[in-house]
This record gives sequence, structure tokens and C-alpha cells, in this order.
Amino acid sequence: MSPGPAEVGGAGGGAPVVGVLALQGDVREHAAMLESLGSRVVAVRRPADLEGVSGIVLPGGESTTLSMLIDSSGLRGPLVERLASGMPALGTCAGMILLAREIVGGRPDQRPLDTLDMSVRRNAFGRQLESFEADLDVVGVDGGPMHAVFIRAPVVEDVGDGVEVLASVELAGALRPVVCRSGVVTVAAFHPEISGDPRLHELLLADIASRSGAARPSRPRPGSPDSPAGVGASMTAHS
Amino acid sequence: MTTDDRNEAQSASPGTARTTGTVRVKRGLAEMLRGGVIMDVVNAHQAKVAEDAGAVAVMALERVPADIRRDGGVARMSDPALVEGIQSVVTIPVMAKARIGHFAEAQVLQALRVDYIDESEVLTPADEEHHIDKWAFAVPFVCGATNLGEALRRISEGAAMIRSKGEAGTGNVVEAVRHLRSILGDLKKITTADSAERYAWAKHLQAPIDLIEEVASTGKLPVPLFCAGGLATPSDAALVMQLGAEAVFVGSGIFKSADPPRVARAIVEATAHFEDPEMLVKVSRNLGDAMPGAEIATLDTKFADRGW
Repeated sequence: MSPGPAEVGGAGGGAPVVGVLALQGDVREHAAMLESLGSRVVAVRRPADLEGVSGIVLPGGESTTLSMLIDSSGLRGPLVERLASGMPALGTCAGMILLAREIVGGRPDQRPLDTLDMSVRRNAFGRQLESFEADLDVVGVDGGPMHAVFIRAPVVEDVGDGVEVLASVELAGALRPVVCRSGVVTVAAFHPEISGDPRLHELLLADIASRSGAARPSRPRPGSPDSPAGVGASMTAHS
Repeated sequence: MTTDDRNEAQSASPGTARTTGTVRVKRGLAEMLRGGVIMDVVNAHQAKVAEDAGAVAVMALERVPADIRRDGGVARMSDPALVEGIQSVVTIPVMAKARIGHFAEAQVLQALRVDYIDESEVLTPADEEHHIDKWAFAVPFVCGATNLGEALRRISEGAAMIRSKGEAGTGNVVEAVRHLRSILGDLKKITTADSAERYAWAKHLQAPIDLIEEVASTGKLPVPLFCAGGLATPSDAALVMQLGAEAVFVGSGIFKSADPPRVARAIVEATAHFEDPEMLVKVSRNLGDAMPGAEIATLDTKFADRGW
């Protein structure tokens, strides 16, 4: 029942090797999703685990704990370096917080990885009683709304130029971004890995394929932030 | 059965239908705590120490289990002011304990907006026949279990997380290991049971047949399985994680040790790196005295026997 060193499992052969940061959080759901899409998955706990991976998922979890463990494991430097050199990444919830430039409502000693030019507010909706499910249209994600599960979720407070807002929700009378993307890095405030929606993971795999130049059909790129469906994309009725 | 949906609430804001209190969001928070350490705290100061050390959540209670054992008397839910004090100093989830069957304490804790309620055998039971109907609440519950039948009964009552009970307040991991092995061992056996045997398992475990069928097909509980009760060292955490626990609760083991901040931090590291003995060496070195332990055979009261 304990996975072997580093390798979690998945397809073999020429399948892309995707890391899942495995210091804490819902690692298993991300690994299962990636394996179901044909990836090989490596649990990343130490710098050496990053060596063979061509993309990474930062999972849901407790961002203060994760931030501390990223430092103590020696992963901060190598992670920042790989992300800066263009490694595709997907972050959900705590993962989105970690990939931000600035964390609002975090601990004073909590340092983000500063990958996306955005400011993220932790626990923006409040405590667990405010955790919710809703259907959400996401720009560039075909096939209907995503069923989004928000758990003590963050929201994006502001984004810099070059960060596309792909979906937003209403909070205290304002629309707040909850899915953003820049280059090959995608973040979501909710958990597609626990609702079982593979489309953001497919986007990550398409990014990995395009980076490696493999002849793999990539999904349509999300629309520009200026498109009519951009910033205003919001929730639809939940059936 | 729609018990799953009994407590879901539709928000009123137009065009943004949101449902809260669902099974998915209740179990979801437990899933986010995996690989982490949930620490017992009795006041805001301890809560801050726990968060500083990397706890994924804190558990508010009026006395740590070792003190409940020592002092005796009736152990109850924390004073609301203490829970609020803890909520005001940390940003991580705050859980709190209610007595078994004491749904009014649970109502108070829900009104305090705690993130999880632990219907706990460490407190003095309020009802010797019934557990709380946990479906009636929007806040999620964790319950203890010594075996698979107890775990499935609690899940059928609405628990969104199970923790193996162990024997709290002893600093002795032997009962935690016994309960974890019992739950996981029976889960393994059930996956090979044929359809007739699954009915026998339901009778034997006194658990609903639909849950027996579910675990027979998946090989795991439908909610996360954490471990509690008697963990006192980083190696204790690594042991139960390797046995198959998905996260750990540590109570007296931290604040009854010689150096709570360091022990807390070391257990966090050991839980994250539970398969890395070199890391365990590093975090265990010169930690000072662990909490004093107790032999299970010498106990007057076994908390794990509470629960039905």
C-alpha cells in the first residue's frame, strides 16, 4: 500500500512523465487522473524526483504546510528554476496559491513560487461551511461547463498583463477570477481532480506535448482575455 | 436514499447556483488534509505553535487526552470562547470535539463555524446507544473506529472521515497499529468475498450491506482513513503512514513532550517523508524526551471501548 520510491505508476513506454508534488494534499486524485490519461506519474518529494519530469501538478492541500515543506525538502530552488525555464504546470487550490506572485491572507513566512503574475487570496469564501459545488464555464475548455468543487477555496485578486482569466465567480458583489493561465501554466481555485473532470489535466498534457515537440494533437488554445466570453465568464445554473 | 442531499443548501444569488454542505465538499476537505498532521490544542497559544510547525489543521478540546486520563471527571466540548480564540489566531482549518451522541454540542460547534467536528470517544460519551445523526449537519464529521464494522457504521451515519482510534493519551502506538491493521486487513479480505460471503460480512461487521458492497468493489473506505491515538514520535507517524494511514492526528504527543515546537515540526516532516529513513534520522535527532508513555494493560479506562 505504500508506493515505491518516487514512481507512483501509470503507463510506460513513451508516455509523458508528469510529476505531482507529493509533500501533502490530494496527490492520489491527481495521479489517478493523469494515469487515466496515459501519463506516467512521479511523486515529487525531493529535488532528484524532478529530474525526469516534463510537467508538474501542484495539488490541493494546505498551502501553509506545503510552502514550509517545499523549503525544508530543498525543492524550492529547483522548482522555481524549472518553472522559470518553461516547464508546464497545473495548480489547483493550494497549488494555485503556491504559483502566485503574492499571497493575501497567508502566513507572514509563507512564500509563493512567483510563477504567475497574480495575487491570490487564501480562504476567500470563508470556512468549510462556505465550501460549495457549482457549474462553471471555462473559456477554451470545450464540452460544456466544468463541475467545480471549491473547498475553503482561494480567489485571484488581481492579475498582471499576460495572465488570461478563463473563468470567474461572484464574491461580495464582484467577479473574481478562479481559473487563470499564462503560457503553459494553468491554475484553478477548485478541484477538477476530485470531481473527475479531466479537461484541465488534458490541457497540461497538451502543453507538455507542444513543449516536447511531439506529434500529439493539442487542444484548442483558450481565447484571449479580451474576448467577449473572457473575464465575464461565470457560473451557469447548477442542475 | 437521498440522505446524502438532506443538508444541501441552494444559494439565492441569481445565476450562480451553488450547493454547500454536500458529501463531495465534506469528504473533499478530508482529502485535502492527506499526508498532513492534525494537532490537538487546548488554547490559542498552542494553536499558533501547531500552525507554525506546519500542522494542516488543529483540533480544539478542553484538555489533551493525557490530562483527561490523569484528572478524570467528565470531559466535554471546549468553551466557545476558546474555540473562537483559536479560530482568531490561525488560518488553517479548526476542528473541535463533541461528545459521542451529544448533538447539541455539535450544533454549538456548527454555529461556531468550525471546519470539522470530531465525535470523539476521548470525551465522556453523552449517549450509550446512539451516535449523532451526522447527515443532519452541513459541517463535516470525523469519527473514530477500532474495526471496519465501526468505521462503516459511522460512515452510514454521515461521517466524512474516519480515524482509527488507537488509545489516546498513552503515548503508546500499539492500539493505533492494532486498529489500523484490523480495518485495512478486513478491507483486503472483503475484496475477495463472493456475493454470499458479503452478506455474512455485513452480519459479522454489523454494517449496512450497501457499504459492504461498495468497499468490496473499491478495496477502500469511501472516506479518507486517518490514524489517531498514542502517536508520540516521528517514527510513530512514519509507521502508521506506511501501514496505510492517509494522515495522522497527534494529541498529547506534542504538548506533553519536552519541546513541543520541535516535536511538532519533526512529526510534520516525518509524515510527509514517511518512506525516507534518512529524513527520519534527521528530524528525530536530539528531540528531547517524548511524552511519558503508558502500558495499555495498566489503564483504568480504555477510550477506544467507547462507541457503539
